[in-house]
Amino acid sequence: MPNKPSLGLRIAFYIGMLFLHFPIVIIVLYALTTEDRTYQFPPPGLTLRWFGEAFQRQDMWAALWLSLQVAAMATGIALVLGTMVSAAIYRFQFLGKDFITVLLILPIALPGILTGIALLTTFKRLALEPGFWTIVIGHATFCIVTVYNNVVARFRRTGYSQIEASMDLGADWFTTWRRVVLPSIATALLAGGMLSFALSFDEVIVTTFTAADQKTLPIWFLNELFRPRERPITNVVAVFVMLITFLPIVWAQWLTRDTDDLHGGGKTG
Amino acid sequence: MTLRRRFSDALYVRPLFLLLLLLIPPLLWLGIIYLGSLFNLMLYSFYSLNDFTGQVEYRFSLSAFQQLFSSPANVDIVLRTTGMALVVTLACIGIGFPTAYYIAFYTKGSARTFWYLMVLLPLWSSYLIKVYAWRLILAGEGVISWFFNLLGLGWLLQGILSVPVIGGSSLSNSYLGMFLVFTYIWLPYMILPIIAALERVPKSLIQASSDLGARPGQTFRRVIWPLAIPGVAAGSIFTFSLTLGDYIIPQVVGQPGFFIGQMVFIQQGTAGNLPLAAAFSVVPVVIIAIYLLIVRRLGAFNAL
Repeated sequence: MPNKPSLGLRIAFYIGMLFLHFPIVIIVLYALTTEDRTYQFPPPGLTLRWFGEAFQRQDMWAALWLSLQVAAMATGIALVLGTMVSAAIYRFQFLGKDFITVLLILPIALPGILTGIALLTTFKRLALEPGFWTIVIGHATFCIVTVYNNVVARFRRTGYSQIEASMDLGADWFTTWRRVVLPSIATALLAGGMLSFALSFDEVIVTTFTAADQKTLPIWFLNELFRPRERPITNVVAVFVMLITFLPIVWAQWLTRDTDDLHGGGKTG
Repeated sequence: MTLRRRFSDALYVRPLFLLLLLLIPPLLWLGIIYLGSLFNLMLYSFYSLNDFTGQVEYRFSLSAFQQLFSSPANVDIVLRTTGMALVVTLACIGIGFPTAYYIAFYTKGSARTFWYLMVLLPLWSSYLIKVYAWRLILAGEGVISWFFNLLGLGWLLQGILSVPVIGGSSLSNSYLGMFLVFTYIWLPYMILPIIAALERVPKSLIQASSDLGARPGQTFRRVIWPLAIPGVAAGSIFTFSLTLGDYIIPQVVGQPGFFIGQMVFIQQGTAGNLPLAAAFSVVPVVIIAIYLLIVRRLGAFNAL
């Protein structure tokens, strides 16, 4: 293999990267335009007034608050269940282990619409009223695998001998958990937790089925897409949402730097 | 001995007890809530809707599937969605492979982390925001039209848009536009597994190949590509399955013709026909299963 990439490959690479990032630049640009009805390019003028107007929208704040609550709750559930299942998978050999790993991936491997409609039919059959908890149930289901991926990778790199040493020295399971296991998986938990928070915060497909009339921020955003006026407000919120999801991801990447722990593949549409 | 100590010792002496303690809560969640729901969805596709009351009748019936396949419009929807999923998958391989190849072979250290993050960030930025961005880009007065006009190529864009099937009144009302959005949204899902596959190609194999006199093109075809296939296959499963199930993109960009996901959404919502929605949602699963069989037949999993 040549040591330097060929010109063609270099061009293809930069075009690929441009393609990936150009739309994000466009979002920021259109948050500043003075034109609020059409998608005119280039913008006729630039203004910051939409930032002020967006922050005065009560419905936006309500949606944001609901999204944060849902994401926190779903992440909490996913952290507990994901850590348990990764400990079991790491520590034990048992019948059906492969089945469980497939079961974990299934919610993100199958199209989100399937998870959504499956949960909806079940809630209907059980006569459960859709609302906060049904959204959380849906989100937690596909967040578990994100935590699992990060934590099980960390477990595999820290030998079991440390745990045995702790027990040999007289610590019981609780002390070992608190003093040995937890510190060694802490950053993996944090990274997995932040990724699953970002995943839940952004989820729209499953949520449209489980939310009834509750509006999470992505659902608010979806409704806003079809509004004819004050369009740049949508962009302002978009920029805001991107910051909320970007920072945890960059942080998660930093926490797991020099390792191959970060598993971004857990995200689905 | 305290209770806590006894409990802890019991966990140590009887690992099975610990295993059950760790495994039962997650299994209950995934097994009962998730698998149970999928099973319930399957059941629903075999129920029917009472024509008079509009209520679901909980008795075995094939009427939902009958309804699904008796209408040519529905068959069109299935074909249209599958066709789109295939074309999008091919485009993602076309754009994703060189990008992944560059990152895997020509970057290292902090530059590699940086570029890797540059693939990860679009993947993780909000799905809806990305779709919305394309609505801005593709609009008749948007940046693409502006760019074509700037180059004096406005006629070329009009020409492309007047092509039947892929064209439309503007890019945001055409299948071509929808194709661009799908390709954009799922592209990182293709790049990441290809990077992972290429990173595992032993450098010594490439050296050996060129030592034995292979030209770079030959090395690529005979050594690198076969080893990259599992990554491409994994990526294609994502792009294919995600396109099949999506219902937001066809709603925001593109022509009025329905996609499978939209039909599921409309049937359960405004139409209130859950059995038909359930039957429709079984279709992508069957198509994905067929796709996996074909990919396996092509030998993509042998190298895994």
